[in-house]
Amino acid sequence: MLKTFPTGGVHPPENKLTAGCKIEILPPPKSVVIPVSQHLGAPAVPVVNKGDKVLAGQLIAKAAGFISANIHSSVSGKVLKIDSHTDTSGYKQTAIFIDVEGDEWVPEIVNGSDPVKEIKLSPEEIVQKCLDSGIVGLGGATFPTHVKLKVPAGKKCDLLIINGVECEPFLTSDHRLMLEKGEEIITGTRIIMKALGVEKAVIGVENNKQDAISLLERLAGKNGDISVQALKVKYPQGGEKQLIKAVTGREVPSGKLPLDVGVIVQNAGTAYAVYEAVQKNKPLVERVVTVTGKTLSRPGNYLVRIGTPVSALIEAAGGLPDNAVKIISGGPMMGKAIGNTQVPVVKGMSGLVVFSGGETERKQYGPCIRCSKCISVCPMGLEPYLLMALSQKVLYEKAGENRITDCIECGSCSFICPAYRPLLDYIRLGKSAVVKMKREKSMK
Amino acid sequence: MSNYLKVSLSPHIHSKDDTGKLMKGVIIALIPALIASVYYFGLGAIIVTLTSVAACVVFEYAIQKYLLKGPVTITDGSAVVTGLLLAFNVPSNLPVLIIILGALVSIGIGKMSFGGLGNNPFNPALVGRVFLLISFPVQMTTWPVPSGFKTGYADAVTGATPLGIIKEGLRNGETIPQLMNQVPDHMQLFYGYMGGSMGEVAAAALILGLIYMLFRKIITWHIPVSIIVTIAIFTGILWLINPSQYADPLFHLLTGGVMLGAIFMATDYVTSPMVPKAMLIYGAGIGILTVVIRIFGAYPEGVSFAILIMNAFVPLMNAYIKPGRFGKEVKNG
Repeated sequence: MLKTFPTGGVHPPENKLTAGCKIEILPPPKSVVIPVSQHLGAPAVPVVNKGDKVLAGQLIAKAAGFISANIHSSVSGKVLKIDSHTDTSGYKQTAIFIDVEGDEWVPEIVNGSDPVKEIKLSPEEIVQKCLDSGIVGLGGATFPTHVKLKVPAGKKCDLLIINGVECEPFLTSDHRLMLEKGEEIITGTRIIMKALGVEKAVIGVENNKQDAISLLERLAGKNGDISVQALKVKYPQGGEKQLIKAVTGREVPSGKLPLDVGVIVQNAGTAYAVYEAVQKNKPLVERVVTVTGKTLSRPGNYLVRIGTPVSALIEAAGGLPDNAVKIISGGPMMGKAIGNTQVPVVKGMSGLVVFSGGETERKQYGPCIRCSKCISVCPMGLEPYLLMALSQKVLYEKAGENRITDCIECGSCSFICPAYRPLLDYIRLGKSAVVKMKREKSMK
Repeated sequence: MSNYLKVSLSPHIHSKDDTGKLMKGVIIALIPALIASVYYFGLGAIIVTLTSVAACVVFEYAIQKYLLKGPVTITDGSAVVTGLLLAFNVPSNLPVLIIILGALVSIGIGKMSFGGLGNNPFNPALVGRVFLLISFPVQMTTWPVPSGFKTGYADAVTGATPLGIIKEGLRNGETIPQLMNQVPDHMQLFYGYMGGSMGEVAAAALILGLIYMLFRKIITWHIPVSIIVTIAIFTGILWLINPSQYADPLFHLLTGGVMLGAIFMATDYVTSPMVPKAMLIYGAGIGILTVVIRIFGAYPEGVSFAILIMNAFVPLMNAYIKPGRFGKEVKNG
């Protein structure tokens, strides 16, 4: 039986143009820019200096504190400088610039593709390995994985959910990875299960990826420890809370974490990265990025080194069309529009969507006609029309009472609004103000 | 690089369904009932409709352009919908000047004085209709009866509505079984063969419109169904208690403005509640008030008043009835 989450949701056109494109390996570029902050939490601290020679897979910036992640060089070459660069969001961030020379790897890294199934490390060693290898959640939030793998005392985890939903239109990187690295993802899932000490894992995949569902079902075998749950196609099913609800029926309470209902969710891409780290000693230095768009001549899925400029990926996909107006890092519902093509690929970049002409036009917005469509599509059961009005009027206290901080910023409300109202823009504004207000209150 | 890239916040795509498309959907849903009106009442129905729509659009244009000196938004189709609904709520032989006055009240007082689309608390077409009903009680209750397609306007054959016949008859001491012989049978009522406002008579055509709007997801089922079910239950109880004094539920559903009101008037986006739970309460309130006015009140029909009264409670409902939030209950398995 197909499952899904019950509250809200929308059906944007899927546009999975690259679902049939095999992952292509992109050679290292001439130079890379590796930001020290590619994860949620404290930026890593550089441990190399200008002029140092580095190997691919070598640690170049160390995690600063518990919620932080190591950064490794994705190429071999010479550190050109440590300087600021413009990141995906348009902010200035510290990055390590490396000029590429050859392609030499740290010797301990196994670069072969034959799957290793046997898990030799202990749970503690697995967590340490994830920390050492700079593994972060690859679904987009980039939360350091080693933090998620440590179940705090007093909490109990009884289920691991592997997120293979990929509900964003256009994106296919997880889909391709599940098809081409299915064995590795299954082993990666078992590694995470061992680290967490759980007996059961469910891989949630939307029904538009039938091939991946049947492949993973076959690979998971008859052990019964890993099952695959086919899900009805509906956005935002890949949202952590929505996926947990769809798979288990459990609802993560407002302001709580999945662990509070005994669940940990990891992305399918993360499971692969964990596999690479634990079985092959390979830190997170490359990832699959979907480069797509209706006007690109050669859209595809590319395995690319972290730090490669976006322009190299777009070149590989046939170059930027003349009528391109927007490049989105991530999917069209939640991704960020990037301002220039020199932005490097980072750990959390699942795709690049190139939009041309009217595909992404924002029309002049009109008055709210109270059609209540925003309420009916909100997966969190909020009232976007009201939250926007309260944010506009700076009534943050009231917005907080109406649970503005529950918003997962999926964009369904802005997507559906017939008056083209920028609902999510204002909700973000109000949400950040309410979060700040709450923080100040708790400090007093 | 030759291209300038646009930067904006997510989401970067839109469903492409806009206000104009929704209004067009409502207009399409009204077409079967319009055809039925022309079939029953002839040319009069066309004149009333055209006058009302044109007057509503012209008044909205004039007020926005010359009075408010702001942007003109007649292309969003909302004034056309108001015009159609006003026409549907008046007799097909109403003098043209009265219709124009009704349109002025609908658009000017009912809608624009509150700030235009999205801000009016009361259904504009009903504001216009009730204004006319109180100001021109004779013209507004001189109902043409269906007599095939006619080209005449003011000379239409007129008579009482089924609800009027019942009200009058009960007052004169007659019983429901006696009165039922004087009104069309239920099948005729279903197809709309009766006197009444031009757009309200043909239940069959209005239901076609409902199916279309539900299919296109323009409205949800909550409001129409709760109104219809409430009226059926309320009148059903009365009918079971005393069938000689109270008409059967089906008669109540098929006569007067119930179908037009439940499907098109009460579901007006701006003046109906936002949350399904509140929609059900709102619909139940309209149903109860309609029956109370019909059976215990002075007017034979009460749908318009019932909707306007419940419109007044909508802001209150929006403030206090919240959607089912995600993450309320913990179902830990």
